[in-house]
Amino acid sequence: MRIDAAQLHYRELNRRIREAAAAGETSFELANVNGHRYIADGLKGALDIDIQGVPGNDLGAFMDGPSVRVRGNAQDAVANTMNAGRIVIEGHAGDVLGYGMRGGELFVRGDVGYRVGIHMKAYRGRRPVLVAGGTAGDFLAEYMAGGMLIILGLDRDPAAPLVGEWCGTGMHGGALYLRGEAASWRLAAQSVAVRPVNDDDRDEMRPHLNAFCEAFSLDATALIEDDFIRVAPISHRPYSAKYAA
Amino acid sequence: MSNTPIKNGENSSRARPSAVSASPSRSARAPIYRPPEFLWTHDPERCARCKRCLQQCGFKAISWEDGPVVDQTKCVGCHRCEAFCPQTAITIQANPQYLRPHPLWSDAHRRNLWLQAETGGVLLTGMGNDLPYPVLWDNLLLDACQVTNPSIDPLREPMELRTYLGRQPDELAVATSDGDLELAPTLELETPVVFAAMSYGSISLNAQKAIAIAADECGIMWNTGEGGLHGDLKPYAHRCFVQCASGRFGVTADYLNAGAAIEIKIGQGAKPGIGGHLPGEKVSPQVSETRMIPVGSDALSPAPQHDIYSIEDLRQLIYALKEATNYEKPVSVKIAAVHNVAAIASGIVRAGADIVYLDGFRGGTGAAPTIIRDHLGIPIEIAIAVVDQQLRDEGIRNQASIIAAGGIRSSADVAKAIALGADAVGVGTAALLALGCTLCQRCFTGRCSWGITTQDPALTRRLDPYLGSRRLINLVQAWSEEIQEILGAMGVNAIESLRGSRERLRAVGLDRTTMDILGIKPAGIGA
Amino acid sequence: MSETGFDRGLRTLSGCGLSGMMSLTGETVDGRAIRESIAILHDRSNGLGGGFAAYGIYPERADQYALHIMYYTAEAQEKTEAFLAEEFDVQLDERIPTRPNPDIVDAPALMRYFVLPRPGAPQESHTSAPDYVLERVMRINAEISEAFVFSSGKNMGAFKAVGYAEDIADFYRLEEYEAYIWIAHGRFPTNTPGWWAGAHPFTLLDWAVVHNGEISSYGINRRYLEMFGYRCTMRTDTEVMAYLLDLLIRRHGLSVELACDVLAAPFWAQIERMPERKRRLYTALRQIYGSALVNGPFAIIFGRQGEMVGVNDRIKLRPLVAARKDSWLYLSSEEAGIRAMCSGPDLVWTPRAGQPVIGRLGSDDVVGEPRREQPVGVSQPLAQEVVRE
Repeated sequence: MRIDAAQLHYRELNRRIREAAAAGETSFELANVNGHRYIADGLKGALDIDIQGVPGNDLGAFMDGPSVRVRGNAQDAVANTMNAGRIVIEGHAGDVLGYGMRGGELFVRGDVGYRVGIHMKAYRGRRPVLVAGGTAGDFLAEYMAGGMLIILGLDRDPAAPLVGEWCGTGMHGGALYLRGEAASWRLAAQSVAVRPVNDDDRDEMRPHLNAFCEAFSLDATALIEDDFIRVAPISHRPYSAKYAA
Repeated sequence: MSNTPIKNGENSSRARPSAVSASPSRSARAPIYRPPEFLWTHDPERCARCKRCLQQCGFKAISWEDGPVVDQTKCVGCHRCEAFCPQTAITIQANPQYLRPHPLWSDAHRRNLWLQAETGGVLLTGMGNDLPYPVLWDNLLLDACQVTNPSIDPLREPMELRTYLGRQPDELAVATSDGDLELAPTLELETPVVFAAMSYGSISLNAQKAIAIAADECGIMWNTGEGGLHGDLKPYAHRCFVQCASGRFGVTADYLNAGAAIEIKIGQGAKPGIGGHLPGEKVSPQVSETRMIPVGSDALSPAPQHDIYSIEDLRQLIYALKEATNYEKPVSVKIAAVHNVAAIASGIVRAGADIVYLDGFRGGTGAAPTIIRDHLGIPIEIAIAVVDQQLRDEGIRNQASIIAAGGIRSSADVAKAIALGADAVGVGTAALLALGCTLCQRCFTGRCSWGITTQDPALTRRLDPYLGSRRLINLVQAWSEEIQEILGAMGVNAIESLRGSRERLRAVGLDRTTMDILGIKPAGIGA
Repeated sequence: MSETGFDRGLRTLSGCGLSGMMSLTGETVDGRAIRESIAILHDRSNGLGGGFAAYGIYPERADQYALHIMYYTAEAQEKTEAFLAEEFDVQLDERIPTRPNPDIVDAPALMRYFVLPRPGAPQESHTSAPDYVLERVMRINAEISEAFVFSSGKNMGAFKAVGYAEDIADFYRLEEYEAYIWIAHGRFPTNTPGWWAGAHPFTLLDWAVVHNGEISSYGINRRYLEMFGYRCTMRTDTEVMAYLLDLLIRRHGLSVELACDVLAAPFWAQIERMPERKRRLYTALRQIYGSALVNGPFAIIFGRQGEMVGVNDRIKLRPLVAARKDSWLYLSSEEAGIRAMCSGPDLVWTPRAGQPVIGRLGSDDVVGEPRREQPVGVSQPLAQEVVRE
């Protein structure tokens, strides 16, 4: 089903999508999207949504199953508390992506902004995965509690850092994989330990890297053999010694 | 209220200058019944007769007859014996003897009066004012962020406490990228807390060493007080204020150049306007050497600095010190907070001081006349507010930093002091408490059972400077983390954004005038 | 003793949306594009305030200060005009043209005056012409009640009101002005003063600032500015931003980049990693200007004659997106805001925390723009247009 969003307010756009989905429609093409918020929020089921243009904030928040593809850049708060499903962004995405994400996948071809992956968490078989093809800003994986975050730094300017500062601060679960290096002062020393990946790690990453590469027609075979480092929490209870009793 | 009189005539522990006339009959001791303040009790069944209490008491209150026997009139409630009893058999209580209550003649007033009637002396005490004047800190509340501004989590995001003390220019005249910067020297603190001045003489060398080690470790400052700089502490001199006080004890060119900064002591909160006195029996060979006075001689600090009788004299001394140290050391001037403190502070800044140290009326001391300690001065909360505002009104706030002291009890007091306008706080009593002091107020006797305010080697060896420094470091660290928590809750990640921001304080239960003076709104008035 | 605010003059807070556009070659356009941009950001505001600043709009009177003043009472207008007559040489006074709009109500009287300082007067008071004008503007705002100067620059003007920004654009007939810099703001205040002067942009001389965020260091920023003669009268924390920029850049001569490093100061840990010379400079900067550090989340766009700048707070708690197309520079809170005023930008990027994006008239080099060779980072234009490289 094709919807021209050009003259539509986001409430109307989202209402039409929900009504059609309830009536059995499973495939949507949204044209002329610009800044429309809350697309696919709370939607369940095996829906396909193709977005042409720039969706507004909170794309796929609380989403629980559908597949979304954005034919350009996305803004802030994509996959906020997402439970299941897949979101594919062909360009860059903004800040606060995957906040509280509990399952499903978010693939961004380009760069991601600040505070990405905050409090991603895994629970009972659900495991969120967020892969960025470009670089990430400060506070990546802050307070991460579970799941997998991968930053690939493809095509990046060698002078541009792979990640920003305060990376992994408060991390107490899950794993962050960086393709390349990150200066130690960028990684929160009180929270994380770093080491090169081993075969087990590659086995973990492989299915997600494959899916990512397939989504963007990239070659996965060489990618998986590149040098990655694994950033993981030192403790599940990082602040147990802080308090006087 | 614990007191011991300074006596004339027989049994005197202080040699009076002979110029003072005193008719012999005026101060003859005339005993009068004075109920003891404390009741020392123990459980004889638990007592293991190890004699540790006997050994630990610095006040000779305990003797032995097949078990401890206590002269209740000598117990000062310092709790040392209680702490060291391996059987926890000792309990020190307030004497439950019941004096008929009276709203005007409190127990303390009656006791003081009886003591004076018996001895004819000036009541003496230690530590800070313990009368129930209002504590303004307890009427101030800090802001927090909700919805419209995010709080920041100090456990995960950077939270900056670094503070610089000293004179700042109005602006940065930035030449081209080749320009060189000429700034007045400043002091760098990792957290906005310094240790208050406590002289070697008033406290033991071990205590002062613990403080110096902790200051070094924490990246803050300590202060020699007016007792000079002992040789053992030279390794820590790069972190200290060397004090130049009215007695000029130990003050030489080398001494002035040894520290990171110099402090001219005009007064302190516990005894504004009067001098200091270290009795001759506390002037041991080591004290003598450090202060550069004869052994056994009283160390008398005159009330005023005799070369400062007016503000222009202060300017003269400040520049004499700067010249003597090649302008490399910031100069601080320490004053007690008194009624005209705002104008005085302005004068001090214009006289060339780089730091103004304000000591409020709750400030502590090793010895002071009780009547002076308890009835002179003004609260530090008020002093900070009026000095900060006065300097801003005159456009000179950047020319000196403000350190505020006098009863800072917790990190909340620190945050409130900074919000009112202080650059940093000084802690004295808090530091001694961290070393084990229980605030029995008997420092002036030189019998401190904890080994802090004494020079008796049998007592001073009880305080291990390294263990003591560990406790002080713990305190500074804990407070620093708490300040970070407070800043985070306020949505601020650098201390300079709280400093002077009265907007983040609200008053509860204060009258309008006080709030105006503090420059603070009442709770309920929004942004 | 400074006022403690018992008059319940509540200070309103700034949650909102921002947009800005600048032609680096000085080409002018009318206000329709910026209106479309701020309209797209509608959900970031609640209709209780909005405004615009435009540069280059009074070319025939480019050397005269254009004072935009709003009056809530006739008396305020009389007093102010008498004051202006004394202090200035008033070349022209007229109503600011407006168009009735059902959503813009309770408008104060809106006047503009093209003035010059009374000849010789600045020299008499040993002050520069801009400081002369600044002081008088502060005086009107602080001392003549119900009169507010909301713009006081040369060849520029601010247009603000209570309402949604797009309606305000219609109200002020912004399609009739030609400017090479347009800055816009839509506001989300948390109380309802119905007070036009509290809307953004905040201006002083030719500075105009729009702000998204809340200044948690307001209390000390304000007291610091008061030492230099600035008076905060607009009951909105953004006011201190405008005055800090004036102080740091115009009065103290700091570059825009250095001024941004005062407002969004680097962390000590970052300063420690700088090369020696730079480290000493930044250590000095933080010591001297600690009270000018603006804490709390912010994204601001500010302008002055010949320059438009966008910058975030030091940990980027608010969004800001930048874009280039040909010789135009765009800034907005959301990428959608950019696309509403520019279809098919050549480059879209996000500035880093505390790092300004600076567009300067006459220069095609925008400070803070990433190198263009990066293949990823090119935006995907709207569906019908040419696809990526």
